[in-house]
Amino acid sequence: MPSEAVLPAGSAAADPPGNTAGADPALRSAIADQLGRPASVEYSGRPALVEYSGRPAPGLLRRLPSSRVAMVGLGLILFWTVLAVLAPVLPIAPPNAQDFAAMGHPGSSARHWLGVDTLGRDMLSRLIWGGRTVLMVAPLAVVVAYAVGAALGLLAGYYRGWVDTVISRACDVILSFPLVVLYVILIANIGPSMLNIVLAVVLASAPGIARIVRGLVLSLAGHEFVAAAHLRRESDLYVMLVELLPNCRGPLITDFCLRLGFTTITIGTLGFLGLGLPPPTPDWGGMVQQATAMITVWPHMALYPCFAIVSLILGFNLLADGLSELALSD
Amino acid sequence: MSLLSIRNLRVEYRTAAGVSVALPDFSLDIQEGERFGLVGESGCGKSTLIMAIMGYLGRNGAIAAGSIHFDGQDLTHASEQTLRGVRGSKIAIVYQEPATALNPTLTIGRQLMEVPITHAGAGTAQARRLAEQVLADVHLPDPASVMARYPNQLSGGQKQRVVIAMALLASPKLLLLDEPTTGLDVTVEAAVLDLVAELREKYRTALFYISHNLGVIARVADRIGVMYAGELVEDAAATALFADPRHPYTRGLLGAIPRLGSDKGSATLSPIPGNVPSPGAPRIGCAFAPRCDFAEPGACDQGPIRMYHAGPAHLARCVRFDQLGGVRRPPPSQAGAAPAAGAAVLEVDGLSKVFALGRARLVANDQLRFTASAGRVLAIVGESGSGKSTFARILCGLDTASGGSLRFAGADLAATRLRGRSQEQVAAIQMVFQNPDGTLNPAHSVGWPIGRALRKFGVSRRGAETEARVKALLELVRLPAHLRHALPRQLSGGQKQRIAIARAFAGNPTLLIADEPVSALDVSVQAAVINLLLSIQAEGRTSMVFISHDLALVRYLADEVVVLYLGKVMESGKVAALFAPPYHPYTEALLSAVPIPDPTVKQVRIRLEGEIPSPLNPGPGCRFAGRCPRKLGPVCDSDPPPVQEASPGHLIACHIPLATLAAVPPVFAQA
Amino acid sequence: MRYLFRRAVELLATLLLASFLVFVVTEFSPGNVARKTLGAFALQEQVDLLYQRLHLNDPLLVRYGRWLGVLTGVIADPLQDPALKLDFKDPRGDRYFGNFGYSTLYKAPVNDVLWDRLGNTALLAGLAFAVIVPLSLVLGILAGMRAGSRLDRIVSTASIVMTSVPEFASGVILAAIFVVGLGWLPGTSPLDTESGWSIASQLVLPVTVLALYDAGYVARMVRSSMAEVMAKPYIRTAVLKGLNFRTVILRHALRNAMIAPFTVILLQVNWLIGGVVVTEMVFAYPGFGRMLLDASLFGDISLIEAATLIALLVAVTTQLLSDLGYRLLNPQVR
Repeated sequence: MPSEAVLPAGSAAADPPGNTAGADPALRSAIADQLGRPASVEYSGRPALVEYSGRPAPGLLRRLPSSRVAMVGLGLILFWTVLAVLAPVLPIAPPNAQDFAAMGHPGSSARHWLGVDTLGRDMLSRLIWGGRTVLMVAPLAVVVAYAVGAALGLLAGYYRGWVDTVISRACDVILSFPLVVLYVILIANIGPSMLNIVLAVVLASAPGIARIVRGLVLSLAGHEFVAAAHLRRESDLYVMLVELLPNCRGPLITDFCLRLGFTTITIGTLGFLGLGLPPPTPDWGGMVQQATAMITVWPHMALYPCFAIVSLILGFNLLADGLSELALSD
Repeated sequence: MSLLSIRNLRVEYRTAAGVSVALPDFSLDIQEGERFGLVGESGCGKSTLIMAIMGYLGRNGAIAAGSIHFDGQDLTHASEQTLRGVRGSKIAIVYQEPATALNPTLTIGRQLMEVPITHAGAGTAQARRLAEQVLADVHLPDPASVMARYPNQLSGGQKQRVVIAMALLASPKLLLLDEPTTGLDVTVEAAVLDLVAELREKYRTALFYISHNLGVIARVADRIGVMYAGELVEDAAATALFADPRHPYTRGLLGAIPRLGSDKGSATLSPIPGNVPSPGAPRIGCAFAPRCDFAEPGACDQGPIRMYHAGPAHLARCVRFDQLGGVRRPPPSQAGAAPAAGAAVLEVDGLSKVFALGRARLVANDQLRFTASAGRVLAIVGESGSGKSTFARILCGLDTASGGSLRFAGADLAATRLRGRSQEQVAAIQMVFQNPDGTLNPAHSVGWPIGRALRKFGVSRRGAETEARVKALLELVRLPAHLRHALPRQLSGGQKQRIAIARAFAGNPTLLIADEPVSALDVSVQAAVINLLLSIQAEGRTSMVFISHDLALVRYLADEVVVLYLGKVMESGKVAALFAPPYHPYTEALLSAVPIPDPTVKQVRIRLEGEIPSPLNPGPGCRFAGRCPRKLGPVCDSDPPPVQEASPGHLIACHIPLATLAAVPPVFAQA
Repeated sequence: MRYLFRRAVELLATLLLASFLVFVVTEFSPGNVARKTLGAFALQEQVDLLYQRLHLNDPLLVRYGRWLGVLTGVIADPLQDPALKLDFKDPRGDRYFGNFGYSTLYKAPVNDVLWDRLGNTALLAGLAFAVIVPLSLVLGILAGMRAGSRLDRIVSTASIVMTSVPEFASGVILAAIFVVGLGWLPGTSPLDTESGWSIASQLVLPVTVLALYDAGYVARMVRSSMAEVMAKPYIRTAVLKGLNFRTVILRHALRNAMIAPFTVILLQVNWLIGGVVVTEMVFAYPGFGRMLLDASLFGDISLIEAATLIALLVAVTTQLLSDLGYRLLNPQVR
């Protein structure tokens, strides 16, 4: 039955990591949606032979091109990814090489298309290499956070009882911190390094992921297919990993994209606060920080890395929005 | 002039995939004060029709052609303001799900008072008076207190009464009822249907009642329309429609449901082959032709079929309406008479299950006692809260009992969870679940759990052998083998239930639990699944515990029946014994509430007061005492009723002497 | 009422656990504690002496208990002991409720440092909140009211863009436009008038930066909640009762649509606390966030612990308020 108007779009998308208390209604619709049609894998059989009851719904990823928003987002992400991958072979100056001659006129020139920074380093090169840094750290951190958070969420949602109480309470404690405050005291005490930033992101993000997965598992656990698995005497681990986890995919894909964008913000913010990767590693947030003092004279030094980070985050957010809209639209 | 006149209505929805036609060409007239019932399965366009009448098709829906006139007014081209004057005032709706139709954050009073304030320009005091009056009309006790409550503080039946009250507040000329009793318990449904009939007399409104249930329609309508794939295929007086249906689809529907009094030994259900087409599926000629036994190439596939006059005031959209012959009584089934009672396969004695909810105790199963014989079908009948599903969970090991015994194949399984059961015991008791959409994991192909079960139960070890057995099981449930690669969402509800049956039979069970396996399916596919279950069960001499609230179905397929009410056995015995006096007063009330798809059958009218009470902290007496129309007196509340043996194996737990119960007139009589 | 009490106890437990976590992070290594207290130029003997005097070799939990004792005024602050010759003087004495200790960075008792800055930050966050809430409510409701409409698409896109700009980036970009380019506003906000800019003009950019990101986020939440409610059957009931659109929105949709965002809006307070760290850094605003950052970078243990405790207290209190409000708005859980 065609429903009235268009379904709320982006309700799953509107949940930035770390701010999960408002997630419940969005989560519910995401779950309902997920159960209606888990849309992220393709049917690999012979569709022509199957007697369809409804319209064939190709997988979410295959339908991606039909969302303009998602394609724009993907384009932005790919732009930076390609540059990051090709950074070592591109005809650009090394990111830390200083061109003292250019320091007098740091604006754009034939040698330095986007100019140089306060130390005479090529802006274009540092932007590309900075993108490389973010695109390595952010996905790594989010993937590890997902591994930890999904495991905790599965355990809490599946076993309930005291396991759930312990895990949920621990998550509450971490989620009660204002995020930036948590990052600042953590990094300031354990020291800024790539590993520590990844650790901090995992600590701060895993509870939010655990909460989402727990909610999904709780709503899935009542379904008959779980009882059917128990009636085959499957092990708990099997039920969690094979029966439950694959069905969390839909809402989690959107959350994953959002979280990538959010982690990019985090890494940039840490860099800006002087808690990012230690110099001279090119890092967008750090580049902005070093250039703010010069903003009245040479605004480009601060603005270019700002535009770079905004474009990448926008890419992740648009992709997430497009994905959730696609998931809700059929 | 008709009250409502729909002419050649075409409704389309714009979707991502293109334009989908929900109603291709629909015409219908309803006269003032008429009681019209419309029958149709899911996706046939009946809800679209209602929303088209109300001018509420949403952003992506539109009336592409045709007209709707109501009371001389053209609704198709009416302004928003004109529509507002009609909605809720001249045409009102009673919705399918009262729980979602009411605003959760406004009191009942405010939601009711809006109607007279908007349409009659009533003041607050007057609106309040009117609202309280109509609440009294729908027999809600203490209207003033109901007014102050929020929807979540009312039960399902009470909410539906509120929705009916809201619809009647403006004394509409036409009342649209969209499956208003779906989801309600049988006894509550009967009371709501009575209420609708009573109020129609009082408010003199025309009824347009929509349902998928022929029995319900037979009870409420004088004239019945049958809808299929967006078209009205038959339109006749109720008696004519049931006595002499002239469209093969109508005949199919009637043949697919068990008639009360028929059983698997004397008759067989004839399912309609195939599936209900999805809305907007392309077609040439008759939409039903692909599933029709009478379809004739050259006649049925040549462009649109018009309505033919099959009799006085009897229309049928079938080219061959006059060649269908008389109504065939379905032939007796090949299964023959029920097999001789074997040894007891399952002995339940004193089984109890108590849940502690804080300080309260929820007694879900209380001292259950019955046996199931090998190779036969034991039906457990009960409304919501009866504890039938709790029993099923204990039986298959998903939960454990708090007390009593459950002897199966020589072992007491009452306190043994699945973990503690042997592989054989687990494989021996398997289950088919109610909800076809939840029964299969959406992330895996449908063949996968079958193969997994085969391996877990040690039936097959090697890949090729498993593959062959999966194919064999699909054949057993009459599904093509290639379907094992499909994902659940690519299958229809009936197909999913077949997969679930195949999965349950993977380990060659000796006892199959079927928990309302067809209640979520369309009428036309229910019969096929029932027939399948019965044939597999009979062939393999498997015992079956069939859980249901549908008494006609239970009468048809069960050998023995247990009637549960609030966790207690009220009555148990052979199926034939249960459906004739002496009845337990609860069984009697249930039977009298069953909607019968045959207007010639007269039913004794017994209505239960109120709703099924909470199963929390039950008192010492009979559970049914609070609602029992034959209650003797205080003894019913204070003492547990004795179990009386009416005939060998027929047990009734009641204080009323057997002789008195036996003297009660039968519920059913043919007119 | 019983619920409220239970919730308050739960949140208090959360607060305790969280503050313990902070204690673990800042004081895990006892050697560091002594070193940081004395500063980088202290002799090793002094560090060792302090280490012994403070019993820093005690287990972590014992030391946390001692810290709680000082905070609640049960025991005297050992650092104020004149025998240590640290010259940590607090006019309030060494034993009183709310004794956060002595800030090594500002060379003053924490209570002298903390509250002024907290006030400045409350001003900043309060103004931002006053912008965020009405703006995002109006935009979210208008967009969600007619999902899929032109206005909806504009609001949705705008809010995605807003949530894609980190505070430091919007700060820099806005400063480049309004300070460097147009010269309309001051680039720093020291909250004094020495620079010739009024206090009000100094607040414009920090408030805008704080509000931008959050308004986008809250508007999105409100929009999706509103759109979800508009698709509910009870809205259809209201329309088909013959009510006009205005009544349907105002009476039937709004209250239901506000239930979920209400929680979110209050939790933005938590978010703002984080946001002010960055914003205050960008505009050299003399607030709580910058103080926390400076304390962290310097290693001012007492100040870090005090500041995070305050931040947590604010966060937990708003959580309690949002729970309360949720129950008031939603009759289903009452």
